[in-house]
Amino acid sequence: MSRRILQSPLTIVGIFLVALIIILAIFAPWIAPRDPLEVNLGQKLLPPSSEHWFGTDEVGRDILSRIIFGTRISLKIGLMVVLISFPIGTILGAVAGYVGGIVDQIIMRLTDIFLSFPGIILSMSIAAALGPSIENVLLALAITWWPWYTRIVRSSVLSIRSSEFIESAKAIGANPLRILFKEIIPNAIAPASIQASLDLGFVILAAAGLSFIGLGAQPPSPEWGAMLSSSREILRDAWWAATFPGLAILLTVLGFNLLGDGMRDLFDPKNR
Amino acid sequence: MDALRYTLKRILLMIPILIGISMLTFFISNTIPGDPARLAAGPYADAKVIEELQEKMGLNDPVYIQYFRYMKSLLQGDLGNSNYSHQPVMEDIKQYFPATLELTFFSMFITILIGIPLGVISASKKDKIADQFARVLALIGVAMPAFWLGIILLLFFYLKLGVLPGSGRLDTGLAPPETITGMYTIDAILTGNWTVFTSAVIHLILPGITQAAVTIGMITRMTRSSMLEVLRSDYIRTAFAKGGSERRVLYGHALRNGMMPIMTLLGMTFGHSLGGSVLVESVFSWPGLGKYAVNAITYLDFPAVMAVTILIAVLFIIVNLVIDILYQVVDPRLNYE
Repeated sequence: MSRRILQSPLTIVGIFLVALIIILAIFAPWIAPRDPLEVNLGQKLLPPSSEHWFGTDEVGRDILSRIIFGTRISLKIGLMVVLISFPIGTILGAVAGYVGGIVDQIIMRLTDIFLSFPGIILSMSIAAALGPSIENVLLALAITWWPWYTRIVRSSVLSIRSSEFIESAKAIGANPLRILFKEIIPNAIAPASIQASLDLGFVILAAAGLSFIGLGAQPPSPEWGAMLSSSREILRDAWWAATFPGLAILLTVLGFNLLGDGMRDLFDPKNR
Repeated sequence: MDALRYTLKRILLMIPILIGISMLTFFISNTIPGDPARLAAGPYADAKVIEELQEKMGLNDPVYIQYFRYMKSLLQGDLGNSNYSHQPVMEDIKQYFPATLELTFFSMFITILIGIPLGVISASKKDKIADQFARVLALIGVAMPAFWLGIILLLFFYLKLGVLPGSGRLDTGLAPPETITGMYTIDAILTGNWTVFTSAVIHLILPGITQAAVTIGMITRMTRSSMLEVLRSDYIRTAFAKGGSERRVLYGHALRNGMMPIMTLLGMTFGHSLGGSVLVESVFSWPGLGKYAVNAITYLDFPAVMAVTILIAVLFIIVNLVIDILYQVVDPRLNYE
């Protein structure tokens, strides 16, 4: 299995990027050359140099340090959203697939409704109602994300519902809840968990977008989307202020995508 | 007859979804904010004003009565009044909507023009350099924040090179064409005003490419996998064996049969572009729905945000419905289930 991973160069790139981001997030205070919030008006708008690798922003903060600390915010949002929405989506999907009938109908129509809002539109309106903050963006994204897992888990449950091991559990008179949590969910969860690892990247992307339009992290927080948003004011004088936070988002999302793709190929070689 | 029945059935099935959307949006506008009256009154209103507003907005009525009132005004096309412009949100939207639609169509045009050939080439040269290149490009397109690409394009083509405009829909000083559809390019063609047409197209280029970057990635990936499937079939081998040119077999035989999944994805792409307009329009000061929504967020103009949300969701559903129906018309082998 590990040899298969190493055969795909793109997966290796993905593992490398994700590992890098996790290391930066954990050791940010030791790795970052400066305090991400330290204002130094005497050093504002400095271009990249050996002193400030990624330059400084409009109040002289070191952009590299801000990006390094930004990994913490992005990873936290990505993980929290997936950790909230994945169990909800999984349980609802398993119940829908296993119980069937009217319960299935209700749950699936509910997912239809949530999925009829394209892109970040639904999370935007929920976050706008809750008020701008990172916690609210996190909540808004979790509320809009679970239906994807419900759909995936439901279809894998349908494919194992009449398997022998489920039938035998029923035959020995196991409690339906026990069947659901001990037999069905563990055996139906693989495809959805691969999706969840891909989603870590997409959640980070969506959260950056919401911060960009003023809903998520608020200045002076070193969140990448918020940094990009304020970089527009100084675009004419400081290309670096816009370039590097965007690259950070791109590489993070790319890392999780490559890792997720690699995992999918591993578990489902047909996809290649 | 079957096609007609299928269409009717699909339209009827849309109704519960629309009701669901209205319930969800009602829930967001009336339950999530602690107090909609406080939200409407703004942060500096005193308690008495808020109390009056609560009564006026009917917030003391039971929830289901509030919902029916909300539903009734939605059906009459009343999306509430903007807290900022103090006019009906519907009026604002009529003004901004055509700009978004024009940008969306333009970016879909770019997506099809680039994404489909890229996917075909990628599939026909599987694992060769061209395929690797197209796949990496698609990967980056999907992972890239579109609003960042927009800023970078702005930086390069507008600020550094000065070859393309960076904001708005027309050169300053040009009067918009007579409003027929509200889409400047189409109205300019209809009125034969070529100066305005050229200017409108030039202004569409940067936001259009930005909007298309993500969807090109999606379409390229889908076209590639759809084509790989088709290229394995016997009739493609036969067509090659009979001496058909590569171009003819690829685009004439294979793509035509691989088109179905791509079409479904195009519908999703349309929705994705509409959703993405919130980000892209605010980068390019494109005066459309997305920019309107972002401004509304800044001014805490909540009714306007909700109106854009509802409108985009409804539009997305309609587009997908149309595509599903077209799907059936194009491929009569599919049974009308």
